[in-house]
Amino acid sequence: MSVLAGHHGSGNQAAGLSVADAARNRRFGPLYSRNVRAVVARGLMATKSSNWMVMVSGFFEPVLYLISMGVGLGAIVGAVQGPGGQEISYAAYIAPALLAVSAMNGAVYDSTWNVFFKMNFAKLYQGMLYTSLGPIDVAMGEIFLALLRGLMYATGFTAVMGVMGLITTPWAILMIPASVLIAFGFASFGMGITSFMKTFQQMDWINFVMLPMFLFSATFYPLSVYPQWIQWLIQAMPLWHGVELLRQISVGVFTPATAVHIGYYLVMIVLGVALTTGRLRRLFLK
Amino acid sequence: MFRVSELVSKESPVSSPAGTGEPQYVITAENLTKSYGEVTAVDGISFRVPAGEAFGLLGPNGAGKSTTMKMIGGVSQRTSGSLSIMGLDPEQHGPEVRAHLGVVPQQDNLDEELKVRDNLLVYGRYFGLPMSYLKPKADELLEFAQLTDKAKSKVDALSGGMKRRLTIARSLINEPRILLLDEPTTGLDPQARHILWDRLFRLKEQGVTLILTTHYMDEAEQLCDRLIVVDKGKIMAEGSPASLIRDYSTREVLELRFGSERNATVGTELEGIGERIETLPDRVLIYAHDGEAALEQVSARGLHPLTSLVRRSSLEDVFLRLTGRSLVD
Repeated sequence: MSVLAGHHGSGNQAAGLSVADAARNRRFGPLYSRNVRAVVARGLMATKSSNWMVMVSGFFEPVLYLISMGVGLGAIVGAVQGPGGQEISYAAYIAPALLAVSAMNGAVYDSTWNVFFKMNFAKLYQGMLYTSLGPIDVAMGEIFLALLRGLMYATGFTAVMGVMGLITTPWAILMIPASVLIAFGFASFGMGITSFMKTFQQMDWINFVMLPMFLFSATFYPLSVYPQWIQWLIQAMPLWHGVELLRQISVGVFTPATAVHIGYYLVMIVLGVALTTGRLRRLFLK
Repeated sequence: MFRVSELVSKESPVSSPAGTGEPQYVITAENLTKSYGEVTAVDGISFRVPAGEAFGLLGPNGAGKSTTMKMIGGVSQRTSGSLSIMGLDPEQHGPEVRAHLGVVPQQDNLDEELKVRDNLLVYGRYFGLPMSYLKPKADELLEFAQLTDKAKSKVDALSGGMKRRLTIARSLINEPRILLLDEPTTGLDPQARHILWDRLFRLKEQGVTLILTTHYMDEAEQLCDRLIVVDKGKIMAEGSPASLIRDYSTREVLELRFGSERNATVGTELEGIGERIETLPDRVLIYAHDGEAALEQVSARGLHPLTSLVRRSSLEDVFLRLTGRSLVD
C-alpha cells in the first residue's frame, strides 16, 4: 500500500505507551480502568443542577406512608407483636419495612429509569465508553450513585423515626448500613435488567413487579396471614428479606435468619454486578 | 495553543524514499472484517495511516464507515482480520488505546445535564486526568472552539454548530494523537462548516492524525491528504484527492442539457466525443481532457444544447463513478 504525500510528523513515541497505561492493563483488561470516581463525580455534578426535586420527593414518600399508616391506622390497630415477641407500636412495626422500601425505591429509580434514559436517549454511556473508561467503571459508578442516594434516604428516614420516638435501641443505627446493602442488591440487579429494556412500555413492567412486592412483603402485616405457598413465594422475593432484616435490627433481635437475609443480598449483589457489566459489554463493546 | 509539541516532529514534513525509511504508522488494518449475523458491514479492508496524516473514509450510507471507526475505537469487536492502533490491538487494550484517541461521533452525545465547561472537565476526568491540568485546558479549548462566552451555558441552549464545536473541543481534552471524526459537519450551515474546517486544519498543522468519514466531497477535498472510497464494505479506490480524480475521471467535464425529452436520445449522436459519456435524466455529461474543445465538437455535429457548462472534474465525479448513482438506503 503506497503512501502518497504524507504529512506524517514522525511521532517517535507513537508506538510506545506509557508505563502507567500498561500497569492499568490487568485482570479486567479492556473492561476496567480503575476510574469509578470519575463516573461518580459526573453524577454528583449532574444532580447538583437538575435532579433535586426528584430526590427530595423520593425521600418524603415513605415518610408520608409512615405518618398516615403508622400514626393514623396505628391508632386503630394498637400494639402488635415485634420480631422478638415483644409488644411494639404499629408505627414501630412498619417503619423499618418502609425504610427497606425506600432503599429499594431509591436504588431502583436510579438504576432503572435514570439508567434507561442515559442509555437510550442521552447516549451518555456511549460517550463514556469512548474514553478510557471501561464498562465496569461505568456500572460501578452508577451503582455507587444509587447507593449514595439510598444512604441519604436511609439516614433521613432513620432520623425521622428517632424524632417520632420509634427507636428504642442503639442497634437501630445499623439500619443505615443495612439499607445500603439492600439498595446495592436492587441497584446492581436493576441496572442489569434495564439493559434489556428497549421501550417505555417495557419499563412499566418494573413498576408491575415493584408495587405488589411493596404491598405484600410483610410490609404492613406479618407473613403468617398468607397460606403456606404464598409465603414461600414472598420469601423468594428480595424485598421480604430486606423488611425482615431491618425489622430485626430495629429492635436489636438477631437470629440465624438474619444471616440468611444478609446472605440473600450478598448473592444478589454478586449476580447483579456480573449481569450488569456483562450486559454493558455486550451493548457497547459489540 | 496545545501542548502537542511531543507529537510534532519538525523535520521531514514530506515523505521521501531517501529519508529515514518507513513512516511510522499509527493505524494498520489488515483484512478488517465485521459481520452482523448475515450482513457483512466491513468486508476485508486493509489500510495504513501514517502519523500526522488526514485520512478520509468516503462512501455512501451503509458502506461500513462508521463500523470501521467503531472498531478503531475498540467499541466494536471485529469478526476477523487484524487491527493495530499505535501498536496495540484496541480489542485487548481498549482503555489504553482510547486514552490516545479523540472521538467526534456522528451524533453529538454531549452531557446535557452539565454546563458547557463542565462537559469538558468531566470528560477529561473519564481519562483520569487531574483537575490542575483540566481547568486551564478546558479554557483553552473553549477559546479554540469559540465558546468562551458560553462556558456557563447549558448545552441544550447551544446551536447545532456550537454543539459540534463543543464536541470537537471535548474530543481534544486528552490531547489525542488520533482524532476520529464521523461525519463532522453533517447538518451544519456553510458558515459553521468553514469554521470547523479551519479548526481541523489547525489540528492537522499541530501533527494530530485525522481520520474522517464524510459524504461531502468538498470536505474530503479540503481536508484529506489521502482517502479510501468504500462501498458495501470494500475499498473501491485509494489515493490523494488529486490522484483519484486523475485515475478515475478526466480533467474536465462538459455538462449539456438538451431538455429531458432529448437527453436520452442524443447520447448516440455524441458518441466519440471525449473519453466517456454519461446520460442522466436531466443532462448529459461528457468527460474530456479539454471541455471547450469537446463543446466545439458538439457544435460541429450540428447539436445545440439548451445550456452547456464546462467545469473541472471533482471528487464527486469519482465518487459517483465508483459507487454508482442509484439511491442507497
